[in-house]
Amino acid sequence: MDALQLWISTALTLCILSFLWKDNPLYKLAEHLFVGISAGYYIALAWQETIRPNLVEEVARGNWIRLGAAILGVLMFTRFVPKISWLSRWPLAFVVGMYAGINVIAFASGDLILQLQSTMVDVVHDGWTAVSNVILVIGLATSLIYFYFSKEQKGALGVVSRIGIFFLMISFGASFGYTVMSRMSLAIGRTRELMVSPATTGILLLAVAVFLFVWGRRQRSTGEGA
Amino acid sequence: MTARRSWRERLEFIDRRWLFLILAFAIVLPLVVDLPLPLYVSPMVQDLYDAIEDLPDGSTVLISADYDPSGKPELEPFHLALIHQLAEKKVKMVMYSLWPAATPITEAVLAEAGLTTDYGYRKDVDYVLLGYKEGQQIAMRSIQKSLKGTFPVDRDGTPSNEIPLLQHYDTYTDFAMLINVSAGSPGVKEYVQNVQSITGVPMVAACTAVSGPDYVPYYKAGQLLGLAAGMKGAAEYEKLVGRPGLAMAGMSAQSASHILLIAFIVFGNVMYFLARRSGGAR
Amino acid sequence: MKRAVPWLLTFVAGALMINDFFVPHRTHAAITQELQQWGLIVVAFTYVLGMANVFDLHFKKIRRGSSEALYSIVLVGSMLGMAALGIFHDHQGEHSPFIWLYNTVYDPLSATMFALLAFFITSAAYRAFRARSTEAVLLLSAAILVMLGQVPVGAAIWGPDSFLGGFPGLKDWIMDVPNLAGKRAILMGAALGAISTGIRVILGLERAHLGGGK
Repeated sequence: MDALQLWISTALTLCILSFLWKDNPLYKLAEHLFVGISAGYYIALAWQETIRPNLVEEVARGNWIRLGAAILGVLMFTRFVPKISWLSRWPLAFVVGMYAGINVIAFASGDLILQLQSTMVDVVHDGWTAVSNVILVIGLATSLIYFYFSKEQKGALGVVSRIGIFFLMISFGASFGYTVMSRMSLAIGRTRELMVSPATTGILLLAVAVFLFVWGRRQRSTGEGA
Repeated sequence: MTARRSWRERLEFIDRRWLFLILAFAIVLPLVVDLPLPLYVSPMVQDLYDAIEDLPDGSTVLISADYDPSGKPELEPFHLALIHQLAEKKVKMVMYSLWPAATPITEAVLAEAGLTTDYGYRKDVDYVLLGYKEGQQIAMRSIQKSLKGTFPVDRDGTPSNEIPLLQHYDTYTDFAMLINVSAGSPGVKEYVQNVQSITGVPMVAACTAVSGPDYVPYYKAGQLLGLAAGMKGAAEYEKLVGRPGLAMAGMSAQSASHILLIAFIVFGNVMYFLARRSGGAR
Repeated sequence: MKRAVPWLLTFVAGALMINDFFVPHRTHAAITQELQQWGLIVVAFTYVLGMANVFDLHFKKIRRGSSEALYSIVLVGSMLGMAALGIFHDHQGEHSPFIWLYNTVYDPLSATMFALLAFFITSAAYRAFRARSTEAVLLLSAAILVMLGQVPVGAAIWGPDSFLGGFPGLKDWIMDVPNLAGKRAILMGAALGAISTGIRVILGLERAHLGGGK
């Protein structure tokens, strides 16, 4: 990383972190820059690594059928022409249908059949493992019953579904524990970047602090004057 | 004029910026003064390492790196250690991404691992970088039909049909293993649903910690042969590969920030119960 | 044309994707392969459409000359500049300005934006996570045990060689048994929902994506 890169990336990191103090123009500027740069990046990649090789170069090679994709793609832009904006639904319908078809098979094979199959576990032998397996089967059955909304969950059904809620709560707790690790990892990553050059970070941090102070005072004075 | 707040109320309604500052210290201090702590390897990560170790030397794997800069602290250390483990076994690699921002990270990881310089891997012969493809699950299903059809050219623009390594590899089941480094969707879940469950290709994955618990069912059902979740999973994997890196180095900061968070939860609840006892519960 | 064609497109695309799983015939495979190529190209076009929408929105703001116009100028300028560099110049390689901007601007902004969440989750832990009910007690206990089992300091306090495997052993058990039960139930429930929604979409019973039932 060259010096210019270091100064710019550190400055932008601090601009975003300044939001922790309060929402301010530096944060807004960096936020808008982020949206702009990422949108520009995605568009360039969509062109360079999908539209150009899979459409333009294929058609140039004589694969005329591929022009169908171009027609569908261009139809998307009819939404800007009110008279024919209904045509923009065609490509959308095509893609939604494709995802719907893919999902039917994907969820059935990946999440339903194999998950059910692997819950057929030994609940008799092997001591402690069998106990855990019994808890697993009870947990899965009661949690599934909690998701059964066709009958009011009262009486025995209510008791069983409450046990299901307990299992779901433990699984949400586990997710929360892992989420903490994810979030902390990102903060650790950024902290490391800021520690690459403490002098650069120190100078820019001071600059951001001075800006926030001056801007805060101006805000207060215009607020009082209003 | 409002009445003076008691010390308990002042603590309960403390300006959150103080909390931010305490967290910042909890992260920075362990990064400056590292505390050596024991690192326990969980069965999920051990299985992942073993599955890769069991690959025959010289076999070819498919790697889909699906993350962006926000996932780097969690996944890049794993990605780097993965390249080392595969390269030491002389495993050939075909790499691509279904996330637009991932390819520059892969390029940086390959350079840092010294794939061409230290391990002597030759481009297009021992490894291929196909770049990015749009379409998410549609792209996954399209690769099942034809990898070369989905990626007519590689990252540099070389026609796939002319790449020597790809001569005998065109669909998932041609490869010895599918390895997914994933920060979300499309990623592990979509690969398990659309590829592993349908083709049966052996698959291992690394994911962000936030997704870890959601993917445990796939690991327990044998759909994933191993799983490394988050920075901790990456640290365990670095330990197994024998390449201590940024994930292991981050474990002290993780410990401090986790303990701080637990302390905040406990302290917040003590305040809450004290308030309830004095009749001010909300 | 306005109603029948979109429904037919949805039906044909969806049905072909389902058939693809069951019909190994070469011609059928060739057709679905070509349509999948169409699919990923159309999805790529949505990015361009997204850019057009963002441009439209912010160009109006700039023309109005509102106080936020400067931010809109930055957004539109950086978007067009980055896209132009990537499309008309080299989009890869160490010395490409496009990759330089990726490393210098996109990378730190993207990573820091998400790093903010660490601070907000800490504030939420202090203020919001209250053991108000049995359910909340279970959630918090599981969370604390998993956190302690995850980090090395947990193993240092109560190690894996101790009774029950210490915090790491307890964490593994929570992950492999009660967490697995809950997550598997969610997976299966969501799968049933996704399958039925998929079939409804393909059969035209669900038309929200086409602007409602009409």
